[in-house]
Amino acid sequence: MSHPDQILPHGHVLRYTLKERLTHWVAAFSYIYLMLTGLAFWSPSLFWIAAIFGGGPLARILHPWAGLIFTVAVCFMFGMWSHQMKFEPVDKEWWRSLHYYITNQDDKMPPAGRYNAGQKLLFWSFFYGGLVLLLTGLALWFTDSIPWNLRWLRYIAVLLHPIAALATIGNFMIHIYMGVFAERGAFGSVIRGDVSLAFAKRYHPGWYQEIVGSTEPSK
Amino acid sequence: MSQATLRIQKISGHSGSVPGKDTQREELVCKLIDTTTCIGCKACEVACVEWNDMPFSPTVFDNTYQTMPETRWNYWNLILFNEHVKEDGTLQWLMRKNGCMHCAEPGCLEACPSDGAIVQYTNGIVDFQQDKCIGCGYCIAGCPFNIPKMNTVTKRVYKCTLCTDRVSEGLEPACIKSCPTGCLHFGTKDDMKDLANTRAKQLQEHYGFANAGVYDPPGVGGTGVIYVLHDVTKPENYGGLPSNPTIPLSVKLWKNPLKWLGNLAIVGGLVGLFVHYLKFGPKAREDEDIKQAEAKG
Repeated sequence: MSHPDQILPHGHVLRYTLKERLTHWVAAFSYIYLMLTGLAFWSPSLFWIAAIFGGGPLARILHPWAGLIFTVAVCFMFGMWSHQMKFEPVDKEWWRSLHYYITNQDDKMPPAGRYNAGQKLLFWSFFYGGLVLLLTGLALWFTDSIPWNLRWLRYIAVLLHPIAALATIGNFMIHIYMGVFAERGAFGSVIRGDVSLAFAKRYHPGWYQEIVGSTEPSK
Repeated sequence: MSQATLRIQKISGHSGSVPGKDTQREELVCKLIDTTTCIGCKACEVACVEWNDMPFSPTVFDNTYQTMPETRWNYWNLILFNEHVKEDGTLQWLMRKNGCMHCAEPGCLEACPSDGAIVQYTNGIVDFQQDKCIGCGYCIAGCPFNIPKMNTVTKRVYKCTLCTDRVSEGLEPACIKSCPTGCLHFGTKDDMKDLANTRAKQLQEHYGFANAGVYDPPGVGGTGVIYVLHDVTKPENYGGLPSNPTIPLSVKLWKNPLKWLGNLAIVGGLVGLFVHYLKFGPKAREDEDIKQAEAKG
């Protein structure tokens, strides 16, 4: 099955539609706001960050709303991408070859599809991390409405919210590093929406074959 | 007890040391509440609302001698009532004036992320500075006594100040002044402990309360408000006074190991990624490198 209709002029191929890109950036900007204001509440040494966003009280009021915006974006992503993020047999091989990926020997990697195993893990850890952040976040948002006999909700929330946040911050750092610094061409794909065929062939050989319909075995 | 008592010894959310700490020795102040002589008259509740100029707060009648279920952002002093059935079937009316305990190790202050929103003066009073409060409610999670209450309109948290404004002028708190039975006392922590122990001993020896004792919980480092109870082994009978209050474990875990592990992980991750880039660089320069590689291969 090939999709030559997705091939654009000058040897490029559409990777993300406008809807996908918009969703990505809604999630990205809301996440960055959440992360920075969250860090301000997380540690007194980082409380100064709140000043950048109009002071502590405003940051505290807007943080939960930004969280809702992020949640909506993640729901859209789930709708668009969850079926593409299912783990497949090739992903196991991909994990076994992780050291080649880290040391930039991409020609020794098993042929990843539209998303490689690392991207899939990133998606699901953001998804489940986001879910934990949403639930514990609600307990912190309406913390004064929680009655005394349900105070354990507050105790769970004050601990789980930062743990889940730290996990997503780790994801976020790797995501930025891969998308902006490590894989040249990846950043353009969430701006213009396209990547070069060479990029597709190098990083996502399975996807490349789907598009050009080539039966030639990938390297 | 002068202006000097308002020197600060602990500050919430403050990185670095507290300016001027330990340069002067201060007496700790303390409120002693003798529940055995409290008649539940609510004079202290009214005095608190009056002195602190709080708006009228509707009461909730629940067929007991209690004004409302729990303290509010604008009702800091509430006498909790319990009709306690003793083992021999007789009844005992327990009245406990509830309010901020002014812990030596305050959970609210520990949990607060906002620089200077909660302070502890060298005289032991824990005070909220609403102008610096961000309304996050972490103090509510940190308090083992269910004391800080949020004003949902202004998004600021309030509680008993131990009448800081009166104490700094050498006066007793308003509740103390209003008490008609003399069950409330105010003075230095040492004097109040001494008085409380004398009273507990009197209850044991002359009134048949074998378990009478003083409530000054060590789990929060002792408190600036102490109680004399008829039965110190069962503080829960007095409107749910916790028998061993401590700062909640999850707040401690968050503020101690997790905060530093998390900061270390973030900085370590940033350094790791930077070093990785220096060592391995980008995977490929998109088109040119890939074309070259293809030409070779």
